Amino acid sequence: MEMQQIKFYQTGTFTVGNRLLDEHQRSVQANMQRTNSLNSGHRACQGCGEALGARYAIDAAMRAANNQVVACNATGCLEVFSTPYPETSWQIPWIHSLFGNAAAVATGVAAAMKVKGRKEVRVIAQGGDGGTTDIGFGCLSGMFERNDDVLYICYDNEAYMNTGVQRSSATPAAARTATTPAVGAAPGNAFGQGKNLPEIAMAHGIPYVATASVAYLRDLEDKVSRAMTARGARYIHILVPCPLGWGAAPHDTIKLARLAVETGLFPLFEAEHGEVVRSTPIRRRVPVEEYLRPQKRFAHLFGKTEAVDTIARIQAMADRNIRKYRLVDERRHG
Amino acid sequence: MLKQTEGSHAIAESVALCRPEVICAYPITPQTHIVEGLGEMVKAGDLANCEFINVESEFAALSVAIGASAAGARTYTATASQGLLFMAEAVYNAAGLGLPIVMTIGNRAIGAPINIWNDHTDSMSMRDAGWIQLYAETNQEAADLHIQAFRLAEELSMPVMVCVDGFILTHAYERIDVPTQEQVDAYLPPFEPRQVLDTHEPVSIGAMVGPEAFMEVRYLAHHKQMRALELIPQLSAEFKQVFGRDSGGLIRTYRAEDAKTIVVALGSVNGTIKDVIDELRDEGYAIGAASIVSFRPFPSDELHELLSHAKRLVVIEKSLAVGIGGIVSHNLRMALSGISLHAYTVVAGLGGRAITKSSLRSLFEKALRDELEPLTFLDLNQAAIDRELAREQAQRRSGPSAENILRDLGIR
Amino acid sequence: MDKPFAITLDPGSSLANRTGSWRTVRPVYVDRLPPCNHACPAGENIQGWLFHAESGDYEAAWHELVKNNPMPATMGRVCYHPCESACNRGQLDESVSIHAVERFLGDEAVKRGWTVAPGKETGKRVLVVGSGPAGLSAAWHLRLAGHAVTIHEANAQAGGMMRYGIPKYRLPREVLDAEVQRILDLGVALKLDSRVDDLPATMKAGKFDACFLAVGAHIAKRAYIPAGDANKILDAVSVLRGMEKEEKPLLGRRVVVYGGGNTAIDVARTAKRLGAEESIIVYRRTREKMPAHDFEVEEALQEGVRMKWLTTVKEAGEATLMVEKMALDESGFPQPTGEFETIEADSLVLALGQDVDLGLLAAVPGLTFENGSVQVDAGMMTGHAGIFAGGDMVAGERTVTVAIGHGKKAARHIDAWLRGEAYSPPPRHEVATFDKLNTWYYLDAPKTVQPVLDIIRRQGTFEEVLGGLDEGNALFEARRCLSCGNCFECDNCYGVCPDNAVIKLGPGKRFRFNYDYCKGCGICVAECPCGAIRTEPETI
Repeated sequence: MEMQQIKFYQTGTFTVGNRLLDEHQRSVQANMQRTNSLNSGHRACQGCGEALGARYAIDAAMRAANNQVVACNATGCLEVFSTPYPETSWQIPWIHSLFGNAAAVATGVAAAMKVKGRKEVRVIAQGGDGGTTDIGFGCLSGMFERNDDVLYICYDNEAYMNTGVQRSSATPAAARTATTPAVGAAPGNAFGQGKNLPEIAMAHGIPYVATASVAYLRDLEDKVSRAMTARGARYIHILVPCPLGWGAAPHDTIKLARLAVETGLFPLFEAEHGEVVRSTPIRRRVPVEEYLRPQKRFAHLFGKTEAVDTIARIQAMADRNIRKYRLVDERRHG
Repeated sequence: MLKQTEGSHAIAESVALCRPEVICAYPITPQTHIVEGLGEMVKAGDLANCEFINVESEFAALSVAIGASAAGARTYTATASQGLLFMAEAVYNAAGLGLPIVMTIGNRAIGAPINIWNDHTDSMSMRDAGWIQLYAETNQEAADLHIQAFRLAEELSMPVMVCVDGFILTHAYERIDVPTQEQVDAYLPPFEPRQVLDTHEPVSIGAMVGPEAFMEVRYLAHHKQMRALELIPQLSAEFKQVFGRDSGGLIRTYRAEDAKTIVVALGSVNGTIKDVIDELRDEGYAIGAASIVSFRPFPSDELHELLSHAKRLVVIEKSLAVGIGGIVSHNLRMALSGISLHAYTVVAGLGGRAITKSSLRSLFEKALRDELEPLTFLDLNQAAIDRELAREQAQRRSGPSAENILRDLGIR
Repeated sequence: MDKPFAITLDPGSSLANRTGSWRTVRPVYVDRLPPCNHACPAGENIQGWLFHAESGDYEAAWHELVKNNPMPATMGRVCYHPCESACNRGQLDESVSIHAVERFLGDEAVKRGWTVAPGKETGKRVLVVGSGPAGLSAAWHLRLAGHAVTIHEANAQAGGMMRYGIPKYRLPREVLDAEVQRILDLGVALKLDSRVDDLPATMKAGKFDACFLAVGAHIAKRAYIPAGDANKILDAVSVLRGMEKEEKPLLGRRVVVYGGGNTAIDVARTAKRLGAEESIIVYRRTREKMPAHDFEVEEALQEGVRMKWLTTVKEAGEATLMVEKMALDESGFPQPTGEFETIEADSLVLALGQDVDLGLLAAVPGLTFENGSVQVDAGMMTGHAGIFAGGDMVAGERTVTVAIGHGKKAARHIDAWLRGEAYSPPPRHEVATFDKLNTWYYLDAPKTVQPVLDIIRRQGTFEEVLGGLDEGNALFEARRCLSCGNCFECDNCYGVCPDNAVIKLGPGKRFRFNYDYCKGCGICVAECPCGAIRTEPETI
């Protein structure tokens, strides 16, 4: 499915809906009949980015798959806040097994559907960054390598939030977590560590890899839809701010997700069979400081004396992403 | 149909006759021949409507099985030893979710020291994970138990482990009566899952359950196994009707009717035990044996009944609960309430150490004379142990015992 | 399905968990006053009509527009659009070209003959004196309220200053005629060449229950300039009025216009078009201080009009003028320098402002005047009950748009007065200032430039200088509206709520919060592009 340029000026393509567009061009989230795959009454914190990301992604997948979706969930916030006995917020067939095996469980479901001739049923595995980049990595890599017919969605909030904000291999440099406290000579998480899971996924040569953000709904839905058109192993990595873990105001969830993209720290791109095929250009580039400052996990950078060098190192990371993924349209920005 | 075949292959054929829909496996000795056989059948098209998935670990193997089973597919996997431990988390999970997966354990020791040979340490480590555990005495029984296992698992919605002694059974060629597809189909109806991931009737499987209901969930799992105590003999009887032979059940006794001394064991060692018992019976000793087929659920009532008139109990165990002794003996204590007898625990055959007729004969003779220690290690090389202990006494840090003993024994 | 106890649950059952109880603050939908509406002297609901125009429903947009202003084709041309100065989009890229869309709608209405029906007849009669923008506007609104309206116009044609003060190149007469006709077609009686000299008598004769006075300010202010016999000194009002006659005013080859307002510009540009080789504006202050709008000064300069800043006319001789240079003092006032200069001029046109002709009011008891204007109360009523006044004859800014606003306002009060009631306007909402918006959601979209008439034709003809927008451009322009302070159903709140606590009610019905589940995170407030949601502390 080709991305369609929608000509509309008052609200652009950036709002959730748009009364002036044809029904089929509107976002899934704008639809009165959207599935609300993750229903009200879940116990996520106020302003939870993961709850939002999960509904965005699964609703989009539901539309793309004509509501024939099964989800396999890793242990984590999403699982805990959505399914505490006796209530579940899921409106789709859903299973939680373990922390580290969501991808493998999904492989099993996909195999069962295949053997039963239920080709229309599409299988999604989902988990947080811990369940994806760390403990679930083995199963994930196996699922990728076998090219199993599963879409894996990682909701990355950059630490183990469910257990109380401990570092994961997705925690960014300098971020304070419970296990990388803001003390000592190099406060926060160390530089030069961590995994770039989208690129690792690409290295498996799987049909589709994408990054997405809860601040870019249309982009996110487009990527989920595109992923659903392919068969085989697919991976979408969605940045979902965590007000609690990041030390941010609940109402800033989308703003921070947006700033992560606009600074270049979280590049939005798509890859097919291991090659980047598209990136989403940054509309208005902002310095990383604007993203870091509202978050208490980076508060130590803005103490009595500003950690100029550390901020510069983070800026350099953003700049590198912008070059690498061509996030700034050279024609527009000279 | 009678066939001269390898145990592993007989199991594979038997599993294939059960029409599994998803098979996943990660290779580990001595399970490999079973899944190789199945893999070949799937790839060749002999086993249709089945997905065979080569996974990257045992943890993934059982996880894939969990997903497949939850999606309503008849699911099978097999493992052994370290593999079972590596999937331990998923072993508990499959049981907790009540998924009727059938898994073969090619019983093997657990390292370190690493050892590929047979004992029961692996499956014993998972005895309380919530799975039904059936132990096969022969390859015929191993093949037959898998057919019963699917029936049992699916009727109860509970996973079943069929434990088969590694190498001793898995790699042994024997004459096996391989059933026909018609027989198996008559015995094993298509899988009707109790709960299933279905887009037409969505459910959430695997909720987080807090203190308000967790005990009840656990109790219900126990209750299910208690129901299995009734179901297993029924299924065994039905099996006999269809297939014409005894297989399975809770326990199987051998010349135990009037026995004052009863030997209890699990698995293939019962064959050797029976031979020794025949000899001793011929010599006039009132000795008999019992093979525990179903270790979980544990057939306490049947064993109580069996042992109520006995004077002596000898438990031959292929595993060791380090620091206390025997696991099976320990479980048997629960069945001995109100019975007064001499109970001997014999740990034997660890890491593949052969359990010979002569060793057993002298062991039983000793027991009959009540000269056995409460805990005995069969055929222990006492000299090697003594030397190592002496060395340890002399030198606080004497290095790894295994290395030292091997050096003593002249094996490098 | 025989679901196992506790571990397997029914879908969507979490609805039993009312997370709304977590909330300490609650979001509420609000309507804020868009700055354009706030700035419009005619009180137009600009955002309201742009909303319809955005979807291409121009007729609905026009109907929304004429609720406040019956002459959009005219106003879209001559209004100085304070709305656009206030437009929040100006802080983003460029303000929405509201006047251009208004003009487009007005022209469409003329082209397609859109109109409205008068109100149910009340039997009440209202006299309107003057058919300028205030009078016509009042007539329109009074007819919509069902009152009988008669306009007395002193001139031969209707339109007042729109006809006799604004040059054709800014307002083609066919546009004006069409819009006047539409008002008349509502059943308004228009009496031309019918100057009212004795208001009480006229009211009595016509059995009028109320009256709206809107005679404008047509008397040119004079300045004493010593002049020789041969010199030709004219006033701007006469020149512009003369343009409506067969005989055009004779201004000569070199024309000097004295003054700095929009009228001065109009005259200077008219002179150019009448064939003057030189058209010079003399103004005693600087360009920055000029009351004329910058874009008009700019257009005049493009057409070759020359400007002499900081200059006063001292004496008019035969074909020459003596002018004195001025200098700004410390407080910024121009002071004479004693430096003189002579410039050639065939005529001098004084454009120094206008006064109201208050003659007709002499016989009306109770009226009061201040600085040459009739005093009115907040309801536009003079000191005489039942006599209302508006437009240039009352104090305030003298623009066509203000006059249109006066007409509407007076009509509403007259309507209430006739029913023995008092009209009280609905309370105004808080203004939707730029800081209330989340402008990230709006795509960059620079303003559409209206086509401008070729410079050669501008210097010689009275063709309209500024062209209109075509439909595509008008649609584009309308869609540039940010809808400040009022929900435009972008679905953001509906989409961004992590708790699905926003209920979408369907097209045109906006949204409702589901407080059973709203946890009060405030994302909807932060991500509302137009500032139509506010957070309030939870009280329970």
